Amino acid sequence: MTEPTGLKSWITTVDHKRIGKLYFWTAFCFFLVGGIEALLIRSQLAQPNGHIVDARTYNELFTMHGTTMIFLALMPLSVAFFNFIVPLQIGARDVAFPRLNAFSYWVFLLGGIFMNVSWFVGPLFHAGRLSVAPNGGWFGYANLTERQYSIGPNIDFWLLGLQILGVSSLAGGFNFVITILNLRAPGMKMMRLPVFTWMTLVTSFLLITAFPVITVALAFLMFDRFFGTNFYQLSAGGDPVLWQHLFWIFGHPEVYILILPAMGVVSEVLPTFSRKPLFGYTVVVYSGILIAFMGWGVWSHHMFSVGLGPIADAVFSSTTMLIAIPTGVKIFNWIATLWGGQIRFDTPLLFAVGFIAMFIIGGLSGVTHASPPADLQQTDTYYVVAHIHYVLFGGTVLGLFAGMYYWWPKMTGRLLSETLGKIHFWGMLIGMNIAFFPMHFIGLLGMPRRVYTYSPDLGVSTMNLVSTIGAFLIAVSMLVFIWNVIRTRTKGKIAGDNPWQGATLEWATSSPPAVYNFAQIPTVHSRLPLWNEPESVAQKAPSGHIHVPDGSWWPLVSAAGLPLLATSLISGQLWLAFVAAAVLLVGIFKWGFEPFEV
Amino acid sequence: MSHAAATHTEGHHTSMGLDSRKMAFWAFIGSECLLFATLISTYLIYSHRSIQGPYPQQILNIPFTSFSTFDLLMSSLWMVLALAAVQRNDMKWAKVWLMGTVIGGLIFLLGQVWEFSHFVEHGLTLQRNLFGTTFFVLTGTHGAHVFVGVLWLFTLWVRAMQGKLTSKNAMTVEITGLYWHFVDVIWIIIFTVVYLIQPVYHV
Repeated sequence: MTEPTGLKSWITTVDHKRIGKLYFWTAFCFFLVGGIEALLIRSQLAQPNGHIVDARTYNELFTMHGTTMIFLALMPLSVAFFNFIVPLQIGARDVAFPRLNAFSYWVFLLGGIFMNVSWFVGPLFHAGRLSVAPNGGWFGYANLTERQYSIGPNIDFWLLGLQILGVSSLAGGFNFVITILNLRAPGMKMMRLPVFTWMTLVTSFLLITAFPVITVALAFLMFDRFFGTNFYQLSAGGDPVLWQHLFWIFGHPEVYILILPAMGVVSEVLPTFSRKPLFGYTVVVYSGILIAFMGWGVWSHHMFSVGLGPIADAVFSSTTMLIAIPTGVKIFNWIATLWGGQIRFDTPLLFAVGFIAMFIIGGLSGVTHASPPADLQQTDTYYVVAHIHYVLFGGTVLGLFAGMYYWWPKMTGRLLSETLGKIHFWGMLIGMNIAFFPMHFIGLLGMPRRVYTYSPDLGVSTMNLVSTIGAFLIAVSMLVFIWNVIRTRTKGKIAGDNPWQGATLEWATSSPPAVYNFAQIPTVHSRLPLWNEPESVAQKAPSGHIHVPDGSWWPLVSAAGLPLLATSLISGQLWLAFVAAAVLLVGIFKWGFEPFEV
Repeated sequence: MSHAAATHTEGHHTSMGLDSRKMAFWAFIGSECLLFATLISTYLIYSHRSIQGPYPQQILNIPFTSFSTFDLLMSSLWMVLALAAVQRNDMKWAKVWLMGTVIGGLIFLLGQVWEFSHFVEHGLTLQRNLFGTTFFVLTGTHGAHVFVGVLWLFTLWVRAMQGKLTSKNAMTVEITGLYWHFVDVIWIIIFTVVYLIQPVYHV
């Protein structure tokens, strides 16, 4: 049974491993784009009264940096691992809905392209400049985003792009909930699931519950901008604070969508490299569930400066501080996992331990904003920028890199270089601390975020320069990683099935896994099958033909309907809406009636 | 749908012992609940805040919409009968009840078209006031769901007429039914919140 090759086989693929790789490389490219945007921002701020970019470009840069990193880089990088790893960890041959999975990917790719096209299409909108990229910040506060304050198509690209990406997230969420609940190998009880799979399940539930809220909030904005409705219009009695509530009701679960997968990765890496089972598995799982639940009850801590009143402030402050408890529980369990273990400091563990340390710093600054009086001093300053980067870069990004080094041999068959990996790790860790730690002081000294320049009188010039140097150090460490990846393609050490002596089922497959994953679906009797029962899950050659689903064009065709629909709205071409509807309908009907066997 | 669906349901053992598509559909309904909850909450938050008319009490026609509601409820009954007929492989009655459900949905949609155009004639537009804005977007989103359901049911009816829908596809029809009943339940909430419990504006 050989795997088909060639461009067509990738475009029509429904194999979760290939879709995982497509997600990975696409998201990684967007990660680099977001990184270049960050470097431009830091270059502008390296000196007071900087003039590398003008104010309008700066607004576009910070908006697109945030939006790209969150929706086009970190979420899809997590999803790349959901795709590649989860079916292997639960002992399945694929996800529950392989074509829906392909659809999620294509919608993500096309949505990301749609949003980024805005950098180059200014002339089509007679904007007088090349770029009409979104410029209202990643949380796009109404009523700044209303048509009378943002006339051009910038905000339209943002809101329609996010609507498209939401479809991808929702489809992926349904798929992984059902895959994990329903496609587990015999004996793989819920409390035997690897923690990464558990966190994927929790994240997927957050995706399918949080995204409808932002969908509606964006639909309101879309109606206001295109059809003149009054949702966020003060003059008609509307209330811009409605946007803030809806956005953050989505937005706070969203930060757990970003961090829980990384926590899952770390919970896999620590036991493997300490040669010890995860300390307090059950408590770690329940803490993840609790964080997700409590994440629904804290959103107004993003809105203390609105003036919601002492009762609301007190309630949201308390719930926010409570959420530190399950988070702290996880951190103590991770540390206890290392305690007394036979620790091997390979690169994945370095990133995982780096994650713990940096996430603690970010978590502590987070607790400081949980107090409304303190938050009123910090809000809209660089202090908040420091916090978000310690949790999202120090947390999610380091966690995801731990996953990359850990699962790279499973995904490609070759080990990334340890030497280059360690250089990458230390460059990134030192770089991020140089870049983000001074921002705490810069913020408390009064430098507001999202302003394209500052005066030398503010007394933050040196620290801004230091921060910029740190940002470029991160960039250099990324070059080391990219070099490592290129080098590993030809010179990397052949990994073998289980190079790290991991305990979970993905390590029972070959590296990279065969197209059918498991020749025999294993029966599991414990939480750590490869440590406790290596014989019972060991794979032999397949005894006969193993059915794998054929490829399909229709997920791509259906996905193409969405950016077409968005284009018809943004260009005002009604005929294009009919074309888009036709493409969607044809795609969905062909999909529905296609002979397809999973 | 037919061939793939059949092999999928029969050929695969699942961990929960439930059909994956049905479970996914329940998850989808959960997600849709959040969507409508957001729309309905917004309607309620804005229900006293229009600064100019027409106001709900001046324009909503409860007897007319009660008929639409009754019609949609009945279509849910036809849906139940359609599924029962498919399950016992009584395709003659399955076709009748599927078409009945389609017609029920179409009557509801026609009622909505008439209602919307009537409102616009009386000055209530999307742009006029917060009531118009929230009313049209909430009921319009529901109407779009009904439209998708009608399209879906009509497809099943065509398949039945072609003889390609049999009791092997009962799960497909059951899932369609889940959707249809969900859309119906949402309408009952909207009908209650928008029509029966109107905010009183003192004009």
